[in-house]
Amino acid sequence: MALYLKKNNKFKEFFQLLFGHPMGFAGLAIILIFLGMALFAPHLGTQDPAKSGAVENLLIPPTSQFWFGTDDLARDIWSQIIYGSRISLTIGFVAALITVFSGTLVGLVSGYYGKMVDEVLMRIVDFFMMLPELPLMIVLAAVLGPSMWNIIMVVSLVSWPTTARVVRSQVLSLKERPFVESARCIGASNLQLMFSEILPNVVPLMFAQAVLMVTEAIYAEAVLSFLGLGDPTSISWGMMLNHVFESGVIAESYWWVAPPIVCIVGLIVSFSLLGTAVSDILEPGYKEKRGF
Amino acid sequence: MAPRQNKNLIEVKDLKVYFMTRSGPAKAVDNVAFSIKKNQTLGLIGESGCGKTTTAMAVMRFVKPPGKIISGSIRYMGDDIVPMTAEQMRQIRGKEISIVRQEAQNALNPVLTIGKQITEMIREHESISKEEALYRARKQLDLVGISDKRIKSFPHEFSGGMKQRVMVAIATACNPKFLILDEPTTGLDVIVQRQILMMLRKLKKELDLTAVFISHDLSVVAETCDRVAVMYAGKILEESDTISLYSNPLHPYSKALIGAYPSLKGELKELKSIPGAPPSLIDPPLGCRFAPRCELAEDICRKREPAVNIINGRKVACHMVK
Repeated sequence: MALYLKKNNKFKEFFQLLFGHPMGFAGLAIILIFLGMALFAPHLGTQDPAKSGAVENLLIPPTSQFWFGTDDLARDIWSQIIYGSRISLTIGFVAALITVFSGTLVGLVSGYYGKMVDEVLMRIVDFFMMLPELPLMIVLAAVLGPSMWNIIMVVSLVSWPTTARVVRSQVLSLKERPFVESARCIGASNLQLMFSEILPNVVPLMFAQAVLMVTEAIYAEAVLSFLGLGDPTSISWGMMLNHVFESGVIAESYWWVAPPIVCIVGLIVSFSLLGTAVSDILEPGYKEKRGF
Repeated sequence: MAPRQNKNLIEVKDLKVYFMTRSGPAKAVDNVAFSIKKNQTLGLIGESGCGKTTTAMAVMRFVKPPGKIISGSIRYMGDDIVPMTAEQMRQIRGKEISIVRQEAQNALNPVLTIGKQITEMIREHESISKEEALYRARKQLDLVGISDKRIKSFPHEFSGGMKQRVMVAIATACNPKFLILDEPTTGLDVIVQRQILMMLRKLKKELDLTAVFISHDLSVVAETCDRVAVMYAGKILEESDTISLYSNPLHPYSKALIGAYPSLKGELKELKSIPGAPPSLIDPPLGCRFAPRCELAEDICRKREPAVNIINGRKVACHMVK
């Protein structure tokens, strides 16, 4: 249980376990590749992904000059894929951060105080849970203009309630545990009980939720962009799919369709693998089974 | 401070704690009164479910619904804590009156180091720096006989007896004047029990503690307490100094209880169990609550509740003891 990224030796142990877990290793490896792509984008044989090329370079299949070929504006697809990873990862991580932070806070307060507080907060959660993602995005795009931050906002807005619910149900059981009662019995205040007694016990759950939210956000970005609700000036994998669909050459240009799909699926799968591995490792007794 | 040597640190009077159940109030603690002088230890013994823990929780003002303190007063250093607000109580708990609760094995947070748990407790009650709190935590661990190298260990890395010590270290971290020990040795083997008892004795001396010691283990109480109160079905039947109680129990229930316990030094005798079971607390017997199981019971016992008599400084509530 007590495997947190807190103490150095625990930290080391956690990663040793993660590397020892086949799924964890695979997931982590793929994510690191994508992270590398995003971080070192300018150094990976790329050119400006938004720059249109010469007419003779329109829609050519992969060559030694254009590794993944070009699109209908003669833009380099390899560069678009590389730079597109920045958008997907940013949206994934930022949305997950916002979602898990706010969801945990609401779930913690709601579960701990119970009664009226719980009732009110859960009704608010219900409201946001029921928000229709697509119409909301369309409206926001119309009002605020399409941008990456709108996608992050919409994804966070509709997905924090899930975390809040999950954390709340965990807190409901944790707050009845003897150690919480003991701490209260020797004078711990509500704030202390919530944040230093209960919260550390929710951390594994937060990790699992964060991983889940990253995949959800990446997926949502792809869908929204594909439907034309993303920022048309930015290059993302979903946007590429949108372009290829609208260009009308989707049936002929496999080199244009395949890379963004492979990347979206690859990134989502890698996070799922990581999520499974992390929840395996945090399972009590796993450490002992692996001989730690 | 003025000498309060003979003053009572804790004075409980007419305490009633009822649990509001669907079939009526269960009188878990009914008209209980006791007082403890400074530096004394009072033992509270009795069968399971007789109200020992409920009494302790009432003194902490920590009775959870459906339980409720119906009436009575609990005076700590002269101040009644029953009418105090929740925030006042929170400041008293742990700082003035502290408790080592039952089931200490689960009472530690599994994901925090014990150092963190002790320092948090201190910093909740006193505004001191982290370093200072850490220093105090090390001293606490030393006091309960755990190496301060273990300050960064997690609870699962400790044995049952060590966890119990850590609980004592946490409970006494803010130098409370009054400590309630709720079955601190239950569930531990005799050797660890002995270690804990020795540690408690040392602690009591060093911290100048006044304590209530709850147990159903008569030998443990004999070893640690100056006075002993025998509880049965929510009432204190006898309160006396330890030696007199063990050598010459007055109340028939005390006699039966002590008779049901093997003696190490005395001759071999057959152990007697007490026939029957404790009465329902929702609908207790009219007269003496022990009457239905008592060998000496007469008509008056079943009709009228016995008053508390004081005989040679011992309190006994029995019609048959004069």
